[in-house]
Amino acid sequence: MTSPAPIAEPQEMPSPDPATVPALSIDGVSHSYGPRRALIDVSFNVQPASFTALLGLNGAGKSTLFSLITRLFGIQTGHVGIFGNDIGQNPGEALRLLGVVFQPRTLDLDLSLKQNLLYHAALHGISRRDARARAAELLDRIGLADRAGSKVRDLSGGQMRRLEIARALLHRPRLLLLDEPTVGLDVKARADIISHVRQLVTEQGIGVLWATHLFDEIMAGDDLVVLHQGKVLAQGPMSRVIAEAGAQDVNTAFMRLTGAQTMPGGGA
Amino acid sequence: MSSITTRDAPPGFSASEYMTCLTGIVWREGLRFLHQRERFVSALVRPLVWLFIFAAGFRQVLGISIIPPYETYILYEVFIAPGLMAMIQLFNGMQSSLSMVYDREMGNMRTLLVSPLPRGFLLFCKLLAGTAVSLLQVYAFLLIAWFWDITPPPIGYLTVLPALILSGLMLGSLGMLISSGIKQLESFAGVMNFVIFPMFFASSALYPLWRVQEGSPYLYYVCQANPFTHAVELIRFALYGQINWISLAVVAGCTIVFMIGAIYAYDPSRGLARRGPAGGEG
Repeated sequence: MTSPAPIAEPQEMPSPDPATVPALSIDGVSHSYGPRRALIDVSFNVQPASFTALLGLNGAGKSTLFSLITRLFGIQTGHVGIFGNDIGQNPGEALRLLGVVFQPRTLDLDLSLKQNLLYHAALHGISRRDARARAAELLDRIGLADRAGSKVRDLSGGQMRRLEIARALLHRPRLLLLDEPTVGLDVKARADIISHVRQLVTEQGIGVLWATHLFDEIMAGDDLVVLHQGKVLAQGPMSRVIAEAGAQDVNTAFMRLTGAQTMPGGGA
Repeated sequence: MSSITTRDAPPGFSASEYMTCLTGIVWREGLRFLHQRERFVSALVRPLVWLFIFAAGFRQVLGISIIPPYETYILYEVFIAPGLMAMIQLFNGMQSSLSMVYDREMGNMRTLLVSPLPRGFLLFCKLLAGTAVSLLQVYAFLLIAWFWDITPPPIGYLTVLPALILSGLMLGSLGMLISSGIKQLESFAGVMNFVIFPMFFASSALYPLWRVQEGSPYLYYVCQANPFTHAVELIRFALYGQINWISLAVVAGCTIVFMIGAIYAYDPSRGLARRGPAGGEG
């Protein structure tokens, strides 16, 4: 897109048409922990079948935002919608369409791969028989079918992440959130996971929100949301964000955008 | 990408989805319990130490008169057995709350809370699962105690079941309520000191309350007000095929209050939200 508008305002329609309703809409969300403001008037959308990178340093507010989208925290101000379902008013329908991979590992280490998947399926009300079939299919897809019965504890970091992604897909969500999923992984495991998730976008039309502070995980066609000290500094297709910052690459663009604001907005 | 926003099924959840979720949570809790053999062993050893050592020593010191539900003179071991059963559940309730704090620190709790089913229902399932685990422990204890001449009427093993479920739910929801207020694992030692020990000792688990009253009327009132006393009495009577209505009312009432409190405390817009970011928040 070469639209000159600084921020692409997405179509807001009361009765949504599936083609235009965003996978995820964040609308004017602010959040404070006591006096500390973690998010300040954050708004952006993630479209279906798109890869949106949420770029921010540690402490930018990424994890807070994830906690709000997944209803771990209540929303103080603003709205979060998943395919038009408000997370506050209609959490059941919203969460059904959402798969999430949290930053800390959330697997039962002493249970087997399969047991972990079956537990997750049960939490989504998926019957045992369906759950077994889907678990087998997903384990096959992530190349861990032969490990189905082993304990998660015996997996490598990269394998655990793949398992977590498989688990997040078990209930066939249309939106997938990943919070710094490649932290602590080696180069090969990182590359595997990134390509796997990108495949999900192109092949299955899943909308992905990928939080990261690693610039090399972003590609030219991606949408970008730059979050810094709780505020969205820039958003849009990657090329536009870079151009508007007057930079050559993401790295410089990010430094320019955030550098200007490092000291002031800090506050308490 | 035909129907993305809407599913074919009507909104909400079917009864079978609720059931699948419940059995899944109980199943997982059971698996975890079986994997932690030390936990099972220590859950059994604790009451058995009381039974084999403490009770043997105190048998001579404490005379037990005939009080309901007993119809004859009984050994001290027989008297404290229901108290020890309740103790198993007390520890189990607190231990599952400990595991909830642990889960929350480790992020494991998130998997549960991100389930689309109503959060109150999820927490209730978690409570039922913890209670089921405590039942395993109590019946294992009863089996061993049987060889130690603690032989309630056979029907008692059945009639005590509903009492155990109720007391398990009460102690579990108390643990859950406490866990919602604990920020870190380290604080759990305080729970031992300030919850488990006072609840256990200021109750009718180890001595009949009329004896307490002789010693200290004030302590007697404390014991009377202690919900744990009523859990013990409910179990004691049920083990002999009887119902202690007052205890039943107190335990049922406390269960409801604690449960509502716990569900309220884990409500996203209130409890957890006030607490700010957890451990490794970015």
